[in-house]
Amino acid sequence: MRRTGGNRVERAFELCCLAAVIVPLLFLAFLIGDVLIDAAGRMSWDFITGYPSRRAERAGILPALVGSLLLISLTALLALPVGVGAAIYLEEYGKRSKLAELIEINIANLAGVPSVIYGLLGLGLFVRSLGLGRSVLAGAATLSLLVLPIVILSSREALRTVPQALREACYALGSTRWQAIRRVVLPTALPGILTGAILSLSRAIGETAPLIVVGALTYVTFLPDGIDAPFTALPIQIFNWVSRPQREFLVNAAAGIVVLLVTMLLLNALAIFLRNRLQRRSA
Amino acid sequence: MAAAEIGLNETPAKFVARDVFAWFGDKRVLHGINLDIAANRAIAIIGPSGCGKSTFIRCLNRMHELVPGARIEGQIRLDGIDVYDGGVDPVRLRRRVGMVFQKPNPFPSMSVRENVLAGLRLTGSVPRAGLDETLQKALIQAALWDEVKDRLGDPGISLSGGQQQRLCIARALAVDPDVLLMDEPCSALDPIATAKIEDLIHTLKQSYTIVIVTHSMQQAARVSDQTAFFLSGDLIEFDETNTIFTSPRDSRTEDYITGKFG
Repeated sequence: MRRTGGNRVERAFELCCLAAVIVPLLFLAFLIGDVLIDAAGRMSWDFITGYPSRRAERAGILPALVGSLLLISLTALLALPVGVGAAIYLEEYGKRSKLAELIEINIANLAGVPSVIYGLLGLGLFVRSLGLGRSVLAGAATLSLLVLPIVILSSREALRTVPQALREACYALGSTRWQAIRRVVLPTALPGILTGAILSLSRAIGETAPLIVVGALTYVTFLPDGIDAPFTALPIQIFNWVSRPQREFLVNAAAGIVVLLVTMLLLNALAIFLRNRLQRRSA
Repeated sequence: MAAAEIGLNETPAKFVARDVFAWFGDKRVLHGINLDIAANRAIAIIGPSGCGKSTFIRCLNRMHELVPGARIEGQIRLDGIDVYDGGVDPVRLRRRVGMVFQKPNPFPSMSVRENVLAGLRLTGSVPRAGLDETLQKALIQAALWDEVKDRLGDPGISLSGGQQQRLCIARALAVDPDVLLMDEPCSALDPIATAKIEDLIHTLKQSYTIVIVTHSMQQAARVSDQTAFFLSGDLIEFDETNTIFTSPRDSRTEDYITGKFG
């Protein structure tokens, strides 16, 4: 009798968990389906390779796409080395020191700061004080600050999963701390670190608010010709189209959303592919 | 100076420990250990859990000090040279004093081959030529060559537990140490894998000085020439293994080996 009761509770709990998975997925599927239907009319090669126009049916998204790709590559170049370096310091060198504790509290707080605040910081620091102007570099630097706490926290988690026994094995073989980190700790933690990197860059590519504050343009008819060039990005372009009164631009916005989603998925797929290759080579 | 000191001692010992005290934070775990470890012999250290036997061998290769809050006092000499002297680099010391741990810990990111050569790679001292010879020699010494010679590229962690432990022994041997410290190397292995490692110790002690910490009195009796019995951070008795197991002088040693406690 009690057995059956236990099983019933077990079953109910399982169903609740299943619902927790399915309900959000249904909403998401509905959303994506709706966007795809809206975008159907505009999804063409011309749209992807075209430049913005005042006439909705001729407007394309190329400058925003190139801007976003440039932005995200620069963000990765800036945020990943710094973030992983900081995680290595905190986890491998600075453990138990007062300085590390102080830094840790600050990082946890920074992770909760709204992104528009980072935008204001970027405007003050990179655009004005450092004189980078409203450039791709200033935007990427701002996004880097934004995702840095996530990169640091997830890299620390990954480093923490490396068993202490492996570090001891290195020391017992006569390696220095740096040699142990480079040859054993980092390679072992790499898949975890990359997962964190994927998550943080996915967040960065969808960010709009800080880029608006930093001064991304909304109507760009040229491609950025360097990291100091003015730029726009996919979320900004979408935001711009959505806020226009003409109904045709809404279709463009839907198509833009599809491009953004596909870009993000492709980047994630690339990162996961790289991670799996690294894992296979090293596992 | 080193020669003069050896002259004072009766026998030239590989390791000489004098009044070694060790702490974890405020807790003192070794209370003045004096022990001479002769070259090319196998010394077993036995005693109940928490008696300081692992801490003692971790003092020999300066691994003890890596634990936060841990410290040591006293003198440990390797071939007459104080290993805690300011001029001694612990990194260099550990290349002369290899260590095998309780649980097999091959590097998961490396193949069998890379694991064996890891000590050379880690320390950046990779002679391009002769790597294959080093690899084969270390694996033969660790009695693993025949089992893995066709799968050197496989991940180290794909081997069985006993093979992994012999891989770790090969890894320690590849950097060409004088001394091999073994911290309960068989405690995670089945009896067959244990027997293989014990056979190995018999062969290895011809070329290396071996210090093995073990929970198993049978193992100490089987593999060692001399046995030291530790209890609560003190060295109670140290003698030829035969003597320890047949006619111990101290009643506590007798109680322990006859299974009255521990």
